[in-house]
Amino acid sequence: MSQELVDRVAQVIAKAQHIPLETITIDSTFEELKIDSLDGINILFALESEFDVDIPDDAARQIKSIREMVSGIEKLVAAKQASTQAQ
Amino acid sequence: MTRRVAVTGIGIISASGRSRIQFWESIRAGCSSIRPMTLVPEGSVRFPNGAEVPDYRSSDYMDEKEASLLDRFAQFALIAAREAVVDAGLQFDEALRETSAVVTGSCVGGKTSEDEGFHGLYALKSTRFPPLSIPKAMANAGASRISLEYGITGPVYTISTACSSANHAIGQAFWMVRNGVAEVAIAGGSEAPFSLGLLKAWEAMRVVSPDTCRPFSRDRRGLILGEGAAMLVLEPLEHAQARGAHVWGEIAGFGMSSDAHHITQPSSQGAARAMRSALLDAGVAREALGYINAHGTGTPTNDPTEIEAIRSVFGAHAERLMISSTKSMHGHALGAAGAIEAAATLLALHDGIIPPTANFLEPDPACDLDVVPNTPRNAEVQYALSNSFAFGGLNAVLAFRGMRQ
Repeated sequence: MSQELVDRVAQVIAKAQHIPLETITIDSTFEELKIDSLDGINILFALESEFDVDIPDDAARQIKSIREMVSGIEKLVAAKQASTQAQ
Repeated sequence: MTRRVAVTGIGIISASGRSRIQFWESIRAGCSSIRPMTLVPEGSVRFPNGAEVPDYRSSDYMDEKEASLLDRFAQFALIAAREAVVDAGLQFDEALRETSAVVTGSCVGGKTSEDEGFHGLYALKSTRFPPLSIPKAMANAGASRISLEYGITGPVYTISTACSSANHAIGQAFWMVRNGVAEVAIAGGSEAPFSLGLLKAWEAMRVVSPDTCRPFSRDRRGLILGEGAAMLVLEPLEHAQARGAHVWGEIAGFGMSSDAHHITQPSSQGAARAMRSALLDAGVAREALGYINAHGTGTPTNDPTEIEAIRSVFGAHAERLMISSTKSMHGHALGAAGAIEAAATLLALHDGIIPPTANFLEPDPACDLDVVPNTPRNAEVQYALSNSFAFGGLNAVLAFRGMRQ
């Protein structure tokens, strides 16, 4: 899990959630950050724009923490790169 | 003045059928009418399926001039109202026109026309907007067109409370007829949400299922959008009987509440208060109830919350209730949902057939009541509720008394 990716995800979430960046750590849960379901779809929208990926609804529902979010984004970005290279 | 209120006319156009008879044949058999969407380009939204009115052509119902004046949602409203009025066998003479009401529900109004206009403006770089867009897009377009159709000059208005719109509309109309404010009311809801802009907005809400609608099933993945309209003709039971009209059933009570909890997350307390209020308004003991047409959207959150609310209202009697979501068949028609489901509930009581929850695969421990999975059931039921719970936390519940034939 690269620090750069963690930082980018945290920045997107801080901006979408209107909270200070320093309140977000890799171990923060959405509950601790007071991210509810409506905040969640806003954050997913912002992350999709930032990383140019599609986050499926079913996968998104399982995500409850920053670590899970970064890990999910990492997989989607890797899959996208692999498919771009394959082309 | 308090009068019993009969439903003497039912008109409906929906994915499950373009008339009351077609609709009920399909629903009573448990057939799901969820199919690949045809009204937007394939692949343009993440979810491929919807519950569109099959093979709809406005020319089957009205001339080109008329169709050009009405958005799809208002066309549906007019079509359903015409069927309901013919079904009721009503003639609107001058006296009746003045004392009749029209109350419709719509969540999004004429979005199809708006979307076309915006496409012209933003994509095609047109500098002008179609001139009829304002009267086509207004949410009361259906109600106003129905009042013009019959010359109805009494109270005519539209209620927009998202997915509770039609139940709020029917409830208001019911109270007007019960209290002598109106002698006849045409009430229901209509909706046409299959325009690309609106579907993309639903996509971003992440509540639409990527396959089908499986209410109360463990592996449910969300709602399926639907379209259409249903209209009911309401009149005092005594008048209906005096003129020898066929009575489909009665509206017995109406209850509403606001969660004041969250803009999109439902609250079981709010839903429960609306159900209790409807039972109280109907003067019906909870033990007399046999069936609930559930809001039952098939989203992970709605269904267990609704079951919890039903348990809290009915206690031990909840175990004896039949609960089904017909949205599994006709989709979630938003501001028309309550009206389509009112029709399904009335017909269920009338014919003694409880429509099932279709597409059901596996029980969910969080929804552990009798949800009538997949197979319709023959049952004599005297009283039923139909639930609508909207985004924004607005709940509206109708109570029906069956008129078994």
